[in-house]
Formats: sequence, C-alpha cells, structure tokens
Amino acid sequence: MPEIALEMKNITKRFPLVVANDKVSFTVYKGEIHALVGENGAGKSTLMSILYGLYQADSGKIFINGEKVSIANPNVAINLKIGMVHQHFMLVPPLTVTENIILGMEPKKNNIFIDMENATKRVEELSKSMGFKIDSKAKIENISVGIQQRVEIIKVLYRGAEILVMDEPTAVLTPQEVEDLFEILRSLKKQGKTIIFITHKLNEVKALSDRVTVMRRGKVVGVKDTKDTNQEEIASLMVGRKVIFDIEKKPHSPGKTALKVEKLKALSNKGLPAVKNISFEIKEGEILGFAGVEGNGQTELVEVITGLRPASSGKIFLYDHDITNYSPRSIREDKIAHIPEDRKQRGIISNYTVAENLILGSHYRSPFNKGLALNFTAINNHANNLIKDFDIRPSDKDNFLKSLSGGNQQKVIVARELYGEPKLLIAAQPTRGLDVGSIEFVHQQILNERDKGKAILLISADLEEILSLSDRIAVIYEGEIVDVLDPKKTDENEIGLLMTGSTANKKLSKAK
Amino acid sequence: MKINKKFDYFVILEKITPLIAVIFALLVGAIVIMLIGEDPVFVYKTLFSNAIGNRDGWGNVLFRATPLIFTGLTVAFAFRCGLFNIGGEGQMYIGTFLATWVGFTFTNLPAFILIPLCILTAAAGGALWAAVPGILKAKTGVHEVIVTIMMNWIAASLTFFLVLKFKAPPTEAMIEAGVKQMIPHTSEIAQAARLPRLYSIFKFLNIDFPAYNQVNVSFFIAIGVAILAYYILWKTNLGYEIRAVGYSPLAAEYGGISVAKNIILAMVISGAFAGLVGTNEIMGFKYRWRQELFTGLGFNGIAVALLGKNHPLGVVLAAILFGILNYGGAIVNIYTAGRIPRELIMVLQAVIVIFVVISDEVVKRLIRQRRKIL
Repeated sequence: MPEIALEMKNITKRFPLVVANDKVSFTVYKGEIHALVGENGAGKSTLMSILYGLYQADSGKIFINGEKVSIANPNVAINLKIGMVHQHFMLVPPLTVTENIILGMEPKKNNIFIDMENATKRVEELSKSMGFKIDSKAKIENISVGIQQRVEIIKVLYRGAEILVMDEPTAVLTPQEVEDLFEILRSLKKQGKTIIFITHKLNEVKALSDRVTVMRRGKVVGVKDTKDTNQEEIASLMVGRKVIFDIEKKPHSPGKTALKVEKLKALSNKGLPAVKNISFEIKEGEILGFAGVEGNGQTELVEVITGLRPASSGKIFLYDHDITNYSPRSIREDKIAHIPEDRKQRGIISNYTVAENLILGSHYRSPFNKGLALNFTAINNHANNLIKDFDIRPSDKDNFLKSLSGGNQQKVIVARELYGEPKLLIAAQPTRGLDVGSIEFVHQQILNERDKGKAILLISADLEEILSLSDRIAVIYEGEIVDVLDPKKTDENEIGLLMTGSTANKKLSKAK
Repeated sequence: MKINKKFDYFVILEKITPLIAVIFALLVGAIVIMLIGEDPVFVYKTLFSNAIGNRDGWGNVLFRATPLIFTGLTVAFAFRCGLFNIGGEGQMYIGTFLATWVGFTFTNLPAFILIPLCILTAAAGGALWAAVPGILKAKTGVHEVIVTIMMNWIAASLTFFLVLKFKAPPTEAMIEAGVKQMIPHTSEIAQAARLPRLYSIFKFLNIDFPAYNQVNVSFFIAIGVAILAYYILWKTNLGYEIRAVGYSPLAAEYGGISVAKNIILAMVISGAFAGLVGTNEIMGFKYRWRQELFTGLGFNGIAVALLGKNHPLGVVLAAILFGILNYGGAIVNIYTAGRIPRELIMVLQAVIVIFVVISDEVVKRLIRQRRKIL
C-alpha cells in the first residue's frame, strides 16, 4: 500500500444555490500524478480551493501525511508544503523571473536588503535541477507563456511545495509545450513530488496520470487507476451518459465559393501589422479551420471580416459582393453570422435577459422592431422557440444571461447566430471552456450548417477540434497563412510545428 | 423552481437598498439631533407632518421635487448608456437661459405657441450643451466627466455674462430710490409664456388649495418626462441600443450597434432633461432669470439618480423624498426658532447618499458571495 500524501474526507461545501462539494473524499498517494477531472461546475476547483485555504469546508476533514490539519488561508497551505499553479498566472510582467519567484519570500541581507545574488543562485539551482533553460534575469513580459508556466512551477518549488496542484495547466499551451510540461511533471514525480492535475482533456489524463478521480455535480463518481480505464469510461462518468467521440462527418462536397479574401492586411490594437497579406477562399458546404497559437492574427482576421476592425488593404468578397470595410450591421445584413471568441465581452450582454440577447443584431428589424417601439410579442415568441430548439437551460426567457452557465450562454449565441439562415458562419473558439455535453452540441450544430451547404470559418486553439471538424486546415503564424493542409493527411504534431513557425521542422516531419 | 425563489429574494433586497439607506440615515440624523440637545421625535414629527400632512405641504414638496426629477433623470438616462453626465448643472443653465430669452423676447406670440416654444428651447439648450461632451467622447474618447465639469463652468460664466447683457431695465421705484439691481436678473417673460400654477386647476375642480403655493404644471411635465425616459429606455429600439452600449460596448458593436451614435444620442436626450428645469423655475415660478436662482440643482440630481438607482420611477420617488426633506427642514428650522439649522437636512441628504453607496456595495458583495459557484 503506497503512502498517502493527502486525504480529504467527506468534504462538504454549500453555496446557497448549489452544493459544490457533497461529502467528497479524495485521496492522493505520495509521489503520484493524480488527475482530477469533471465538467465545469463539477466541484473540482472548489475542492482545490478548500485544500489551498481559499475556502473553508462546511464539514469534513483534511489530512496531510496522516496528520489532521485545518487550512485557514493560503499561507497555512504553503507552510504545509502545498503549492498551486493557477490557470491564470500570478506573475508581475515588468519584474524579472527571479524577482517574481522570490516575491514575498525574499532572502535578506543584513535583514534589510534583498540578497539578489543569493536569490539568483537559488533560482538557477532550482531551474537547473528541473532541467529548465530559463534566463533568471529576463523580464516576465518578454518570455513566452510556456516559460512563464515554468516560472510558476519554480515559484511553487521555491516555497518548498511537496504537493503541487496544477489547475488546467495545458489550456494555454501549444502541443509541443504540452509535451514539455508533461516531461517536467514526470521529472517532478521522479523527485518524489505529488502532483494533482486538474483537467477536462481526457487524452491528457491517459497520457500523464497514475490515477484519476472523476467528479460530477459535486460528488466523486469514480476513482480509477489510469491503466485500467479508458477515455470512453471516464467521459461517461463525467457526463453521466455515453458520449459519442467520433464525429460522424458526411463526405466533403464543396459548392460555389462563398467567401473570398484577397491579400488582406490589418493592424492590431497597438497599431502593428497583425494580418499580413492573407488570401483564402471558403466554398459552400466547407469548413475551413484556422489552426494557430492565439495572438497570431486570428482575432484581427475575424474582426476585419465581420467589420469590427478596418482592413488596411486587401479585399473581402461574399459571393462576388465586395464587403470590405462595411459596417458590422451591413455585414450582418449580408448574412454573415459570427460566434465570437470573447464570449463574455462580445457575444453576450450579461445584464440582458435571454430574450434580449437573442435579438442582438436584429433588434432594429421587423418583426422585433415595429415603428418606434420594440415588439415584445415577437421577441418573446422568438425567445421561447429558440430556447426549445436549442435546449437552453434554465428555459426561462427572462433570466439574465449572467445567471446562465457558460455552456448555455454559448447556446444562446449559437441559437441567435444560426437563426435566419446565414450564408457564412464564423465560429471563433466556439467550444472554449465548455463541458463535454455542450461541446458535442456545438460541434453538431456546426456540422449541420456545413451539411446544409453553408460556408464555415472555424478558428480554434484546440487542435483536436480543428482536425475533427475541418475540411481544410489553414495554419496561421504571425499573421500569415504558412500552409493549408488536408486533415486526413496531417496530424497534431505537424500542425503544432507549423503553428510555432518551425518551417524547417515541417520539412523534416514531411520527409518522415 | 426553488432556485429562482431564492434568487428573487436577493433581487428584491438589491432593489430596496435605498429604503434601508434612508432608514439608517434618519437614525443617524436622530443621533445628530440628540447631540444638539433636541428631541428627534419632535423634529421628525414636525418635519413630516408639515411636509406631507396637508395639501399645502405636498404642493411645496412637489414644487421642490420637480427640478430634481429633471436633473435626476439627466444623470440616470446617461448612466444607462454607461456615461456619467455630471454636467446637468451647466446644461440646466443654458437650457433655462435660452427659454427665458425666448420668453421675454417673443412677447407677442400667443400662449399656445410660446409655451411649447419655450419648453422646446429649454430642452434644446440643454441638449446642445450635452452634445459637446457626447461628440467629444464618441469621436475622440475624451472622458465625459472631464468635459461636462468644464462645460459647467463655461455655462455658469456664459449665463452670467448674458444676464448682464440682458439685464432688466431699472423699475421706476428703483430709479426713484436711486438703487441698482442687487442680484442681476433679466426682464420677466411674457404672460403667455407662463405655466399655470396647480392652484388654478384645483380651483377649477373646487378643491381647496392655497393660491400662493408655487407648485405648477411643470410637475406634470416632469412626470411625463420620467414616463418618456422609461418608455425610451425599455420599450424602444433606441433604448435597447443605448442600454446595450452602457452594459457592454464591445457586445453592442458586435451586434451592429453604433457606439458613437448612441453615446451622442444619450447625452443629447439627457441634456434635454436638464434644460427642462427652466419650465419649473422660470416658466412656473420666478418668470425671469435671476442669477444663482437654482445653483446646485444639477448636482443634486446626481444624488437623486443614485438614490433612485438610475430608474425613472426611483428618480421620481427620490426627488420627492428630497423635496420632503428640503421643505420639512425649512419648517423645522422656523418652528425651532433656528435651533435646528437647515444644514441638518443637508447632513441627512449626504448621509442617505453615503448609506445608499455602502448598502449597495454590501448587498452586492453579499449576493456575490452567496452566488459564488466555482
């Protein structure tokens, strides 16, 4: 029997509207990588917040190395050698790597001055022991996300952590960076550290973890040895029913050219070139997927096509009709639908009701607007119909959007955008942050539109999504399309390399 | 559904925070009164019984509430578009002065033309003054708070200049006594530009109401404007767009709504409300521009809007409450022979505003904490 590093017994945490943790018992062995999986709202984060002292459990006990502890705040957790790497990094951009790592635990000289020499030495020792190549004097703002994550890991180790909690660490990484991270975690495991790995990506569970705990609706629904289980089993535990993984896709039968983009250029918010000479076409009944690391011009490209950002040069045609630099309203009237990547900021008005959100963009037109006043009969009927068709929950048109789950907010957007038979659908990060059930739903909707003969521009950071949905894949890097691939003849590895600009490697992998 | 019921409970709590704030403020006021060595029960009884215990009191309260409804709606309307229009003061000056000018210039027009003309001029003046910060915000991104504050000073100086330019000629009595105008003022507006006092309507209905009571038809205009503001904001396409811009400019832009256009429109409408203060102060009360006649009403509108939670109905209720405190406070001052200073009322108003802000934040945090689902 392996030694137990952490045991949480019968943890219950209630919020007024929901029992976030319902008698959750969670055991982690010393030196293992333990995956904690579940849909959004399943209670994983609450459980980890209780472990890290951000919340207090209503009832239940926590044991570290067999000793009962009470964790009142994160400082107690740190003293108990628990470290947490948050999904959103807690780093100060203008400070150097070393300064960030020692922040709050600075070694002192004469009790007054920071002993930078000593600090640098310790940081370098730590990163060396991990096999990291990090310039300890580099500023955080100048290093990549992948390296920043390593800094976070060193920061936790610097504080002497024995139990590391990684909160969805791969969400922001490229496939290569994910591989590197896994190597790091495995070597930490070799050093005897215990790792709790929160995720909802099942392939990662399989690739990395020793054991897995699955949560659903605040309860633990299964604890498995990873080698004795498979993705299908974990997924059905998470969702509570069978999940269809393989997307069934009808054969690709492209029609006329729907969208044509010619030598498009646009600037970023900072005034730097973001879209550099991009040309492509999308035909009816075709999904063109854009793969790329975020921040390589995808956002700007979509904004230019939808009229939210001016093109500095180049042309955009919708069925031979030049729509370059049209206003967002006239582009909508030309039947381009847009599922925006920034759901909370762009896609919804969280203080508007479901009904009000469902008319955004067509609110000024008949039947929703008659003369001067809004036509509430039409608005309410429209809302009730879409709520039923798209199974938006809770099914009350008068709920504020902010009270809906992420998945249901996205359903509202999808319902609104697909209404009125768009000619072109632009879907940017359509399933980001959604749970398995909602992802399935959104994918199905996108494929339905394709099969109805609509042209679809899909942008996603999730390569699996790009590979399974697209008919063609364009890889975008630093504002340019570096290659267009056939999804049947490529894999995550090749795309991943292209995404990071490794064109030399691309030839290698092709030769292979 | 269970969940919804709990949710509603918090929504209600959120909505009645101003009421809680008022009760707390009155308690604080009671402590202050006790500290001056007076009896709070007596003071509050005098205050409320005189202000709302009889028709005359009500008339005085509504007269004082009327301009605050206008300036409160000014702040509330702009706020719905995400704008903090604290230029109600300046917009009120310009609208009111222009209306006065029309009133004493086109003296031979009949009432059915002159009254609407004066009202429209008042609104147009305020709208014009608010359009400047609106356009600057929409086109260049200059913050409306800065511009509206500066426009207040320009308006105050400009109207001061204008009142000297259009100063009323000295009356015979003044010439005889050899005195000049103490407070600069313009000539009176034409009889045909004056709004009737409610007294004349009550008389027609055979209801006993004192003739000297200053409450006038402008109160109905204020109520009408509050209904209009509500209608625009919640029942029209324009209101849908204005509120969308207020809640989320990015989502509005995405939905094909012009952020710039709606910012300008919201400011213009908001400024028009401020200008309408002139209907009460000039057309219904003083009949002439008198320097410093209504200084501060624009700023008090901010407190009224805050207390009224930026909702037209809330604004009307808050303005009436302020009217009660103002008038009742004046009466208390007289009854206690000055032992309770009128400033106490200002203390009460300030405490109410502070409590609204605090209780709002407290309730918000309470809700956030309770709803937290991770």
